[in-house]
Amino acid sequence: MGTPALAAAPGPDRVKELTHFVRQECGFCHGLQLTGGLGSSLTSAALRDKPSEALIAATLYGLPGTAMPGWAPFLSVDDATWIVNTLKKGFPQ
Amino acid sequence: MSTSAKGLAAYHGPTPPCKRPALGASFLDKTAKGLATGTLTAIKHGVAMLCLCAVPALAAASSVPAIMPTGDLGLVVERASGSLLQVNTSRHAILRRIEGLGDLSHASLVFSRDERYAFVFGRDGGLTKIDMLSGAIVKRVIQSGNSIGGAISQDGRIVAAANYTPGGVKFFDADSLELLAEVPTDSKVVGLEDSTDNRFAFSLWENARGEGEIWVADLSENPRAPRISKFPNIGKQPYDALISPDGRWYVAGLFGEKGVAVLDMWHLERGVKRALPDYGKTDPKLPVYKMPHLETWAMVGNLAFIPGVGRHEVVIVDVSTWQQVGAIPVAGQPVFVIARPDGRHLWVNFAFPHYDTVQVIDVEARQIVKTLQPGKAVLHMEFTPRGEAVWLSVRDANRVEIYDTRTQSKRTELPAQAPSGIFFTPRAHRFGL
Repeated sequence: MGTPALAAAPGPDRVKELTHFVRQECGFCHGLQLTGGLGSSLTSAALRDKPSEALIAATLYGLPGTAMPGWAPFLSVDDATWIVNTLKKGFPQ
Repeated sequence: MSTSAKGLAAYHGPTPPCKRPALGASFLDKTAKGLATGTLTAIKHGVAMLCLCAVPALAAASSVPAIMPTGDLGLVVERASGSLLQVNTSRHAILRRIEGLGDLSHASLVFSRDERYAFVFGRDGGLTKIDMLSGAIVKRVIQSGNSIGGAISQDGRIVAAANYTPGGVKFFDADSLELLAEVPTDSKVVGLEDSTDNRFAFSLWENARGEGEIWVADLSENPRAPRISKFPNIGKQPYDALISPDGRWYVAGLFGEKGVAVLDMWHLERGVKRALPDYGKTDPKLPVYKMPHLETWAMVGNLAFIPGVGRHEVVIVDVSTWQQVGAIPVAGQPVFVIARPDGRHLWVNFAFPHYDTVQVIDVEARQIVKTLQPGKAVLHMEFTPRGEAVWLSVRDANRVEIYDTRTQSKRTELPAQAPSGIFFTPRAHRFGL
């Protein structure tokens, strides 16, 4: 499936924080419904065929030449892995 | 609690009927607690607040519909629930919740010149016309797949919407929301601003060649056939723009490189010029967690105070020379830098992760005079028309806070669901707002 194994999946409290984080902070550029804005769409349809490793790297370290910043100061590798896997499945409200 | 809710309903009873109940049962349920809290807060702060209690008596005493002037009204966007709160800035009151506006993340709105109607631009491409008197949705069209904002013409007859997907600008009749004209682009459109002579300026984030552009649409002769002036290759990734308060200078901030692009709306033939060669994102190690907003660059005399991009500073620009003349260190990456209407103070909010903080800068001293911590995610700030108060939306705390700008202390707070933009009706009379 190409889903990277989780070394340590975030606990329920962290999952709640991350869900809010994605909806709100990522939502500024990618839209609250994650359908895209200045940033690209993050719906499962849009991400399904993209390699998870690249998406995780973009989440943590940004995409040079674009407006996408790296979030590594605030997200662990496990956090980013959870976010990418969850986005690919369709992000919960 | 039920008295408050009932009172609110009674107050609005006499207003004209609206298609959707502005005060549905769900609203009453959801806000009854909040209203009670608001009342208590008002008492605690000794504010002569508007009287969630006195209003019902007034309404009950007379069956004549209350006259509701609109000059001290406003709308607060509730971004997650697709609703708006209508507020009164004299009485620090919530009047009603208006629901059913779709995806309001990053929503903005403009007001008609008579301050009766609001035009709301939703992220989902929805354009909704709201009657400020009744709270009713007068008209709603889905005009694109993905929208970023809009503007209204100098004569008030044309509403313009800027779109990401498909990229372009659409122009609508302000009365009917009939589509008048469409200007397609091969790029997301940002920084749509209204200017003099029924012209609009906007920027193309990135065209097919990866370049930014500025376009001016002139609707003065025929709103159905805008004349377009294009200024290609103005720099990389213009992310937002502003129009100066006199409608003359259109300034686009560039994300992909340093500097800003400046267009003199009096002299389009002079073309777009670059200014502020040192301004902008300089260090790849300073990621920008939220795009700064330029729409309301604070102007005080000849000086403009603008958010540093990716830097923890407010940049001071002399607009008579377009030179940077200083910088004020602040708590984080500024998002909005807004001047109190008299220009004496600047209020600044910040991007993640410093978005729980607001700082007040004394313009004369160029120093921070107050640091406030209203709570997580202060997304927007709006001054009352003469600036005795400023309203802050505090998203995660689900409230709007109202500050006295003289003492910079909180006067009261009002409950709101994940509030973002705050818009007061006097914007109707200003360019670029």
